[in-house]
Amino acid sequence: MRKPLRRAVLPSIALFLMFAACGGGNPESAGKGTAVSDVPAYGDAIVEGSIGDVSGFLTAVTTDASSHEAAGYVFNGLVRYDKDLKLEGELAESWEISPDGKRITFHLRKGVKWHDGAPFTSDDVMFTYRRMIDPRTPTAYGEDFRQVKRASAPDSLTFVVEYARPFAPALASWGMHVLPKHLLEKYPDISKSPLNKKPVGTGPYRFVEWKTGEKVVFDANPDYFEGKPYISRVITRVIPDQATMFLELKSGGVDIMTLTPPQYVRQTETAEFRKSFNKYKYTSSGYTYLGFRLSNTFFKDKRVRQAIAYAADKKALIDGVLLGLGQEATGPYKPGTWAYNPNVRKYPHDPGQAKALLNDAGWKEKDGVLVKDGQPFEFTVLTNAGNDARAKTAAILQQNLAEVGIRMKIRTVEWAAFINEFIDKRKFDAVILGWNITPDPDQFDIWHSSKTGPKELNFVGFANPEVDRLLDEGRSTFDLEKRMKAYFRIQEILAEEQPYVFLYVPEALPVVQNRFRGIVPAPAGITYNFVKWYVPAALQKHKVQP
Amino acid sequence: MLRYIARRLLLTVPLLVGISLVSFLMMHMAPGGPIGSGTDLNPKATAESRARLKAYYGLDRPLHVQYGRWLGRMATLDFGDSFSPDGRSVAEKIKERIPITLTINVLSMGLIFLVAIPVGVYSAVHKGSLFDRISTVAVFTGFAIPTFWLALLLMILFGVTLGWLPISGISSLDYESLGTLGRIADRGRHLVLPVLLAGFGGLAGMSRYMRSNMLEVIRQDYVATARAKGLPEGTVVFRHAMRNALLPVITILGLSVPDLLGGSVIFETIFAIPGMGQLFYQGVMSRDYPLIMGILTIGAFLTLLGNLLADVGYALADPRIRQG
Repeated sequence: MRKPLRRAVLPSIALFLMFAACGGGNPESAGKGTAVSDVPAYGDAIVEGSIGDVSGFLTAVTTDASSHEAAGYVFNGLVRYDKDLKLEGELAESWEISPDGKRITFHLRKGVKWHDGAPFTSDDVMFTYRRMIDPRTPTAYGEDFRQVKRASAPDSLTFVVEYARPFAPALASWGMHVLPKHLLEKYPDISKSPLNKKPVGTGPYRFVEWKTGEKVVFDANPDYFEGKPYISRVITRVIPDQATMFLELKSGGVDIMTLTPPQYVRQTETAEFRKSFNKYKYTSSGYTYLGFRLSNTFFKDKRVRQAIAYAADKKALIDGVLLGLGQEATGPYKPGTWAYNPNVRKYPHDPGQAKALLNDAGWKEKDGVLVKDGQPFEFTVLTNAGNDARAKTAAILQQNLAEVGIRMKIRTVEWAAFINEFIDKRKFDAVILGWNITPDPDQFDIWHSSKTGPKELNFVGFANPEVDRLLDEGRSTFDLEKRMKAYFRIQEILAEEQPYVFLYVPEALPVVQNRFRGIVPAPAGITYNFVKWYVPAALQKHKVQP
Repeated sequence: MLRYIARRLLLTVPLLVGISLVSFLMMHMAPGGPIGSGTDLNPKATAESRARLKAYYGLDRPLHVQYGRWLGRMATLDFGDSFSPDGRSVAEKIKERIPITLTINVLSMGLIFLVAIPVGVYSAVHKGSLFDRISTVAVFTGFAIPTFWLALLLMILFGVTLGWLPISGISSLDYESLGTLGRIADRGRHLVLPVLLAGFGGLAGMSRYMRSNMLEVIRQDYVATARAKGLPEGTVVFRHAMRNALLPVITILGLSVPDLLGGSVIFETIFAIPGMGQLFYQGVMSRDYPLIMGILTIGAFLTLLGNLLADVGYALADPRIRQG
């Protein structure tokens, strides 16, 4: 995989924050290095490998993962996702939601200071909110904030927002990084302010320098409200090539990176590698699917879609594409999270069942190809160029479908052309794409029948009145029980209807140099407690003077 | 001569405008646009926020207005601001990338000339010899081997196994704490592999070119005359033959001027070098119009300048062209 995953993104802002990276799992390697006193100590530096360069530090105006990750060291939101992917307070110590669900009152943390020493107050939150809805701010994330009917800051530590109606995903939107009013006030367009290049935040690390295309350096913030981070310096190195990055890892030029499945399975299973590195494995927050244009004559019939689901050998896909490092997707949620319904209709690999369903739907086999009304079952699947995993997925599916008499052609198209010429114009039979899975289960934009307009995300044209109603219900209450019920039912319907054939959820595969201690894997990944990571004094590699 | 140069320079202006117009149109004809990378398949981006972003970047204006604005700015040598979120000026972005790309290209070109010319000359003089055949195979192997593959092999050998050279990047993490000499040494160590590899791929063309020029010249009557006069072989080869065989190399030098600032994407990606190639590639991928236009314009200008230099150099070296 040469390029960063150009996965179709479903980015709740909080999703991008570095403290909500991966998913639940267990440490893979037992190699713990030599016996040293395993006591937390301050000092040392960690070098991260990153495929892309930062494009700016103000996450309101950037949309790429590298920028959001880097900004996560410097800035905080009012809320964040904890290790179990549940919302917890960050700059807000606590919050209350009014009984009618329309008003959220945030109680801010006392004594928090910006990196330049100025106190953090509700004025900063108010300022951030105003800039998010300001037309002069070039942001793609304004929508959540335009839902706010009224915002007020009754005192310096309280911030209140009112919505026209209860809107559950609103809470997560306050994970948006809070901006320092005193430094940004005089810039009508925040993207042009010096802070976009030299950020000043409230976060665990202070910005030191950014050498474009090369590296970004941060130093620990001794006054961080959760305590000074143990690791004194963070260096993010830009290494666009995955193979180069792996060589840098092995030679000590990089301490932490994400492995590809071949690297994980084949290139790191040596005693030497295990001596210096710990590998981890989690369910990642994303899934790959085969989506149909539902108005297409082939795919109108539910039985045909179900037949394709039976024909698709998901086990072979996971083994072939991910070298076994993934699990079957049964719906649009991440296995093991609260919204995930494990008891939906499943489609084990069964070509016989697939053929029977296709026969029912009127398709008869002739010379190895299915024919109906003189028309052979032949269609083209589209996917974006440069995504190795999706290209392999297409090749395996092609073979699976040939077994039941369906001819599938494969076409890969450059990303922008793919979106603008094919997805937006609905000029496709079927696509292989992926979605990121946000911790909040609201997927109104993907499944609601009103979201089929130009540039909207229900491009397959799924329309189901019950799902419409449930989507509405799920997003308009804060009651977890009620939401769970709605989303469980939605998954049952999607599993039955198969507007997508849900294929697989890959594992995230981070690797860390083993002098770093204190890593406790959780559903949210490993980096959620980064400020508690440390290197025992005897093992410290870099001398860093803050 | 001066009038000739002045006329050519004047002609450059309409040519540049024409090139920029074609580039501008092509760029806008490509699917997608600058706001797509952040808003495509992004549920938080509504039609309204798309419209706002379009207006913010002036993309809601008709094409001729957008081009006119760009041209107006260009007239004052203002490349405008990049559309990427950092909003930095295009000139600044290009400026910080030029030194490293220029260094690598100049060094690798020097390496190519240094190796290819002697190899070409020697091969021509000893045509069909063992050296000729071995060098032919060697340079064509260099030409045919995929650079990225060879690069990875060398990185594994020198970076991981032997640990002699750094694997990627252009400076060590402790670069700032080094003295001047230390810095030069550090930069040098980082440049060894990229320069070697960039040079290796270019050897084939240059040495073959030199060889065939030389073969041509050696057959000429005046070389036979020189030999007949009883001049030593060395003088014949270097004084009489090689000088003339070098003439067409001037053309190549002139045509290489735009290449000096153009980086290779694959190369820079493999070695994590923040050069012009990556800048342009990222600009194209994110449809950063001002950046694309800026780099294309500079490239076009340098190409025209290179052509002019080659023509002038030729005229200086060859009286027949001057008179024509």
